Amino acid sequence: MSATEDHVAGRPAIDRPAAALATASRVAPPPRHLLFWLAAAGLGAALVVGLRMIGNEYGYFAGYFILQYIVLASAWNILGGYAGYVNFGAAGFMAAGAYTAIALRKATGLDLLPGIVAAAAVAGLLGLGTGYLTLRLRGVFFSIATLCLAVVLQTLVVNWDYVGGSRGAYIVRPREVPPFVSYGEYMFVVMLVLAILAVGISRTVELTRLGRGLQAIRDNERAAEAMGVPTLRLKLIATTLCGALMGVAGAPLPYYSGYLNPEAAFSLAYAVNAIAMPLIGGAGSWLGPVIGAVLLGGLQQAATVTISSALNLWIVGWMLVIFVAVAPRGILGWFRKRT
Amino acid sequence: MNTITRRDLGRLSLAAAVAGAGVTAGVFPAVAQSANPIRIGFAMALSGGLAGNGRATLLAYQIWAAEVNARGGILGRPVQLVFYDDQTTPGLVPGIYTKLLDVDRVDIVTSPYATAMIAPAMPVVMQRNVTFLTIFGAGVNEAFKYDRHFNMNVVGDNMKETYAKGFLDIAARLPTPARSIAILAVDNEFAQKAAESTRFLSRQRGLRIVYDRSYPPSTVDFTPTIRAVQAARPDVVFIASYPPDSSGILRAASELRFTPQIFGGGMVGPQLAAFQAQFGPILNNLVNWDVYSPEPTMNFPGVAAFQEKYRELAVKEQTDLLGNYIPPYAYGQMQVLEQTLTRIGKIDQTAMAADMHASEFDTIVGKFRFSASGEWAEPRNLYVQFQSIRDGDLEKYKRPGAKVILAPENLKSGELRAPYGPAA
Amino acid sequence: MDPDLVLLLNGIVSGLLLGGLYAAAASGLAVSFGMLDIVNIAHPALMVMGAFTVVLIGTTLGLDPLLVAVLQAPLFYLLGIAIYGVYHHFFERRGEEALQGLAFFFGVMFIIEVGLVMGFGPEQRFLDPPYAFTTLRLGEIDLPLRMLAPALLALAALGLLYLYLRRSFTGLAIAAVAQDAEALRLMAVDPVRIKRLAFGISVALASIAGGALVVVQPVEPSSGQIFIGRVFAICIMGGMASLPGCLIAALLFGVVENVTATFYGPSWSPAVAFGWLLLVLAFRPQGLFGKAA
Repeated sequence: MSATEDHVAGRPAIDRPAAALATASRVAPPPRHLLFWLAAAGLGAALVVGLRMIGNEYGYFAGYFILQYIVLASAWNILGGYAGYVNFGAAGFMAAGAYTAIALRKATGLDLLPGIVAAAAVAGLLGLGTGYLTLRLRGVFFSIATLCLAVVLQTLVVNWDYVGGSRGAYIVRPREVPPFVSYGEYMFVVMLVLAILAVGISRTVELTRLGRGLQAIRDNERAAEAMGVPTLRLKLIATTLCGALMGVAGAPLPYYSGYLNPEAAFSLAYAVNAIAMPLIGGAGSWLGPVIGAVLLGGLQQAATVTISSALNLWIVGWMLVIFVAVAPRGILGWFRKRT
Repeated sequence: MNTITRRDLGRLSLAAAVAGAGVTAGVFPAVAQSANPIRIGFAMALSGGLAGNGRATLLAYQIWAAEVNARGGILGRPVQLVFYDDQTTPGLVPGIYTKLLDVDRVDIVTSPYATAMIAPAMPVVMQRNVTFLTIFGAGVNEAFKYDRHFNMNVVGDNMKETYAKGFLDIAARLPTPARSIAILAVDNEFAQKAAESTRFLSRQRGLRIVYDRSYPPSTVDFTPTIRAVQAARPDVVFIASYPPDSSGILRAASELRFTPQIFGGGMVGPQLAAFQAQFGPILNNLVNWDVYSPEPTMNFPGVAAFQEKYRELAVKEQTDLLGNYIPPYAYGQMQVLEQTLTRIGKIDQTAMAADMHASEFDTIVGKFRFSASGEWAEPRNLYVQFQSIRDGDLEKYKRPGAKVILAPENLKSGELRAPYGPAA
Repeated sequence: MDPDLVLLLNGIVSGLLLGGLYAAAASGLAVSFGMLDIVNIAHPALMVMGAFTVVLIGTTLGLDPLLVAVLQAPLFYLLGIAIYGVYHHFFERRGEEALQGLAFFFGVMFIIEVGLVMGFGPEQRFLDPPYAFTTLRLGEIDLPLRMLAPALLALAALGLLYLYLRRSFTGLAIAAVAQDAEALRLMAVDPVRIKRLAFGISVALASIAGGALVVVQPVEPSSGQIFIGRVFAICIMGGMASLPGCLIAALLFGVVENVTATFYGPSWSPAVAFGWLLLVLAFRPQGLFGKAA
């Protein structure tokens, strides 16, 4: 069957980074790490093969939509779920990534993949800066600073003619990207790899000393500090990681839609979903954002082409409120209690 | 909440009725059932920031579809509209168009409303070599250069060199021709292009630009901005704004008794019924860009009948009550489709594009051809002046005389009154 | 007078008037966020909801929007009590206000906004009182009633609230509740009851701010978004729990925005205003007028 051959051609793109990271973390290897990466790579490959067999472009676009939220929600969870610091500026960091990719392409002609790296760097620095300015204060100040950061960034982008300003920027994409069957598949695979990386990083953070330190901060920051946890440093690492991953989620956006204007890039929907998904799935665990993103992202995508009205956004709002009220530990919390 | 659900249901059943599914509910009578309708797919802003114009566009399409089906359809097949709400969120557009083309397998796609939504659909459409007839885009194809893209909008090919021409022509006709101009534009793509055109043509004609700034859509108070414009003492003022800001700007100008010779430009808002009802006499002598006015010079065959039908339904569908802005063009867009299909006698994307490039179209918004890049070959930016407005009553906007056309020359229906000022 | 000076003076005056609107919007937050430590991010959305009901009631009964805003404030007070009830029951009591509580208000904000779209349609709504088209002139300085009337109402509401907090026992208890709930309990005052009452007041203030907003500009369901950053910025700069601080910060914010718009063009005013907030957060987190912690 030709699908199998195609799958072999597409495979290295998934396995390489995963394998590289797996080697990197082999220094002190709980064996489950390797297993996780293998399982994730296997699942990813199965997804690509499955979608190719269905042979429908729509699957790639719907898949991309959900995967981008997996990245965004996982990124939010590193700071929000583990350390309890709420970032309202997901759209700002995401847009920073998207516009970095656009600026890089305009300046040097470099394409998507270098754009993702640059986006990670820029958005990561932005996260570090915001964290450095506000993380010494109570958590709520950080939240409000991220909210304001999004406003300031949007103003900057709107006034920055080089990346199109308020008129928006066009990225004319190639029609074919071999070895992929279509551009849709290419975007899907890129996002899939990013999602696997994001989930993997968030899982690694959770299971290492960094994650335990962050959890100590969430439970009682003063006590953690008194016990000698370097709280500020840990928080800064977390904001940087969180910002970088959000930037990564945004970098492919202009390539996905072919056109990006500030209004779309800074859309409130990203900020809402980045918070709602981890909380609904179960914040504080790497699996929570994934469940939330698949559930909520899938629901929204489905609602867009069925209910197709403002009603589906309303449902998201209600789900968020009801979930945080009734199931403060998210969907994962249900299972945890029973076992 | 209840009424909304009912309205949503109404809309669904209406879509079903247009689809010829045999449901009798809804605004339109059911259409004879057919196994093989021509399916026209599109995304449209039915919620979110652009929903006002999006809903009006949809209503015009539905009126067209009902009429066509009552006539027996196109090529003997009824038409069916397949549409999704894009929520004014560009991120949803690529997914919707992929769904339309690959899952719903519609025969023809048309565009969502306005540039920011059209652009994300372009790559999807281009990949499948489908002919794409869009509505009210502004220069989308400058970036994509797709030879099967056609845009229903009066701005035409070269917005920079043509958009503000009429406005500056009027300024030149003042008793003492204008020598200085102020430009104020909101930060969005259409307004910035409008301002760019004004800037370019003003320089070309030796007008002194005494104020030239942009403002963010989040601006709350326009008083300081308008005062700064006033302090620059321009003869004429060109403003490119969007609905919420257009109100703030007109209010501020009236409060500051700002009466330059000509005030207006490319403001979006004064074209709409809600705006006209609210502002009444404040609109007097405003010189503004427009696309349609019920003046004798624009009484194209069919437009009056369409508007009558539209206005009957607009109340129930909660869309713009007058339908003087986008609806005639939306209807005309569908007429283009109809004329092309009838001429080529089959649904064939290549033949459709070839026909649209080659033919002249005769619609309720007049006759026109498409240029090589798919824009109107002859731009038709109207500049109208609100005259003798005493109150917010909407009846006068259904008749000639309230929105007098000053430019272009061939559609002109009245003379300029200066200076700007509600008292006049 | 020198034209630049006239511009500057008018920029300052119009900024003060705009600041009055901001003060109306931020005062409720100074109570909920500043005094009760409840991060009610839905406050601007509640304000817009207030604006919509003002339009609805005002148009139906032919009443002045500011009057309607005051008349409907008790209903919003009850709404606030209900919201606080849910918040307390599910979050505060469990000690989960930091993360889940914040998300709760975020969701409420979203529900209100989308609910308004579904109920009223996405278009802007307006209700102009007759005086909205009148402008007073003091020499070279303009005072449009459209801006002046809401600013005066805001000042009146703030003044009453200030007296209430200073002079009445309940008011003093509200001011104390954030600092030391235990001490209140010892005085036989139920802190939850006090907080419920205070939150009700904060939402009632949102209704009044909504009325002020309608007079200033037409409203649409998403109007609240442009206020979120501004009102929190004002609250923080004003030193959180201080009403005079909140008022001064609001006026300053308006003046900075409008003077920037006059002289450097409006595109930079949000960046200047919010950049200023970021600096305050970084270097003077207790606010411009707060005492060092």
